[in-house]
Amino acid sequence: MSLTLYEKLVHQHVVAEIDAEHVLLYVDFHIMNEYTSPQAFAGLHAAGRSVRRPEAHLAVVDHVNPTRPIRSLHEIADAGGRLQIETLTQNCSRHGIQLFDLFDPRQGIEHVVVPENGFAWPGMVIACGDSHTTTYGAFGALAFGIGTSEIEHILATQTLVYKTLKPMLVEVDGVLPFGVTAKDIVMAFVADVGAAGASGYAVEFTGTTVSALSVEARMTLCNMAVEAGARAALIAPDRRVFDYLADRPHAPKPEDLEVAKAHWRSLQSDPDAQFARIVQLNAADIAPLVTWGTSPDQSVPITSAIPEPVSEADERALAYMGLSAGQNLTDIRIDRAFIGSCTNARIEDLRKAARILDGRRIADGVTAIVVPGSKQVRRAAEAEGLDQIFRQAGFEWRGSGCSMCLAMNDDVALDGERCASSTNRNFEGRQGRGARTHLMSPEMVAAAALIGKLSDVREIMEAAL
Amino acid sequence: MTPFTTVTGIAAPLPTPNIDTDVIMPKQFLKRIDREGLAIGAFHDLRFDATGVERPEFILNQHPYRAAKFLICGDNFGCGSSREYAVWGLLQIGIRAIIAPSIAGIFFGNCEKNGLLAITLPKSDVALLLSRAVGRDTCTMEINLKAEMIKADGLAMPFKINQNRKQLLLAGADHIQRTLDMSPQIQTYEKDQHRTRPWFWNRPSA
Ligand code: SF4
Repeated sequence: MSLTLYEKLVHQHVVAEIDAEHVLLYVDFHIMNEYTSPQAFAGLHAAGRSVRRPEAHLAVVDHVNPTRPIRSLHEIADAGGRLQIETLTQNCSRHGIQLFDLFDPRQGIEHVVVPENGFAWPGMVIACGDSHTTTYGAFGALAFGIGTSEIEHILATQTLVYKTLKPMLVEVDGVLPFGVTAKDIVMAFVADVGAAGASGYAVEFTGTTVSALSVEARMTLCNMAVEAGARAALIAPDRRVFDYLADRPHAPKPEDLEVAKAHWRSLQSDPDAQFARIVQLNAADIAPLVTWGTSPDQSVPITSAIPEPVSEADERALAYMGLSAGQNLTDIRIDRAFIGSCTNARIEDLRKAARILDGRRIADGVTAIVVPGSKQVRRAAEAEGLDQIFRQAGFEWRGSGCSMCLAMNDDVALDGERCASSTNRNFEGRQGRGARTHLMSPEMVAAAALIGKLSDVREIMEAAL
Repeated sequence: MTPFTTVTGIAAPLPTPNIDTDVIMPKQFLKRIDREGLAIGAFHDLRFDATGVERPEFILNQHPYRAAKFLICGDNFGCGSSREYAVWGLLQIGIRAIIAPSIAGIFFGNCEKNGLLAITLPKSDVALLLSRAVGRDTCTMEINLKAEMIKADGLAMPFKINQNRKQLLLAGADHIQRTLDMSPQIQTYEKDQHRTRPWFWNRPSA
């Protein structure tokens, strides 16, 4: 029987069939953060249950921590966040679960930390109480976000009652135009199918454009597929993935590597596998995109004007964003620029943004911060001198965490402030009550910071040629 | 978990598509280690202005919708973050069921684990229910889970639900216990994986 990659991954993890829609799925690896896990542990303790396989979990502090330097938890002013961090620490030590706490040199955003340490392998099922877990699909792992009750379920049973999805193929072919990035590909996909367009589907990205992407760029692609409602995003693992994993501390041991790779090579959709839906995108048609609304599918090329609203939801979004139809995007002033998040705060992202900023100064009146995805990314960037480029351009160089991606720490945009952001969600209030978020690639954020308005990064790149 | 059998109550119309979990439960309510105290957070920024005063234009601040037990929603309700706080908050303001043309995946799963009935129906059916929900005299509905039937003013609308989910909701059952009862199968799977993919069981430790 011909199978898609998604179907192979599910089949390899079925513990039992439950009914026509559900299977009991084995979870190879599970990641936790401080804000969606405390109630799961509390539930486990209340029921007197234990953790089935403590070694199959990793916990990371990333969502609530400040990004300014601190030496002890006591310096965290926010009592609720501090309590969540302390609770995670206690729960991990009680159950023997590995924790990258705030002072660990490997700390960072979970979806940055997991791949860079080699925890995500092709063929795994990986779950995490965070919707952007789809990131690990870049490795050919079936990875998805779960709620707190499901965290408790995995802790107790190492399995999930899993509703199987329909496979969708997204083919992207051709050479990416100048100034266009993986972020633009995924934003184009989300705009094309809509915010619910991949709901109920597992998306597999394929095509020449995708194969040519670096593993980090593939993570950006899979990360944001969830904004189209996809509960899984996959890319068949190839040489680039195997090379990426080589020498990572938690990748398979050298003695296991050959047999593992033989399995990894089988993780491809069969040539005649059936997909429930096929979407084709032509790389040549993709331009640098910017969102104008409050849903990630409300985006247009930077060269366009704000579109006419076609629904009440569009009107509401424009009102929230303080924009009107017909306005040129490049006339829109910004107050803040944010480079960070599990979508776009890896070393390659920082390098690309730094290239735009090198030798320039951000516009007066713009507050700009860079929050590297992890401490390892931060150190790597410092070793290359990127921190100096950002600082000299007028960006603040911060510690790692989710920061203004969801503004659960003290990095918050104020009511009415407009932010150019390399993050993944432009929801109402996401970066602060009344804050207005425009999603774009990190290069485009850098360009907007320089000009003080939403800007076409290609003009800056061309001027530098 | 409270079982869901037959529930009668007010249905509030909330037809805007893509209502995300940041809107259902804003971040400032997520800084806790328990599931309590979330009623104030549910739809907070829609319910209250920046000074904490109720916004009269928001449907759940209006009579009789203040007492709503059901929400009739637009496409893709509950999209965004995985935060289960959103579901806990809805339950704490008395919501027992969500009806929408589509409901986001993680949120849907979270509903089911907490006894919040999530029903998807074709757009035309949801439109019919909405037409009843907007009328103050017609917004009372009855949802009978056992019979898989929604009754509203002049309407008897069947819905479909996975039978397993239905049993769990009717019983208010403990999902984890049900899986723990399958421990022998989990053990068999683990032994099997150990044999077929041994490198999964030989992970480098810290
Ligand atoms: S960076 Fe943003 S999207 Fe990613 S895990 Fe953190 S809060 Fe979630």
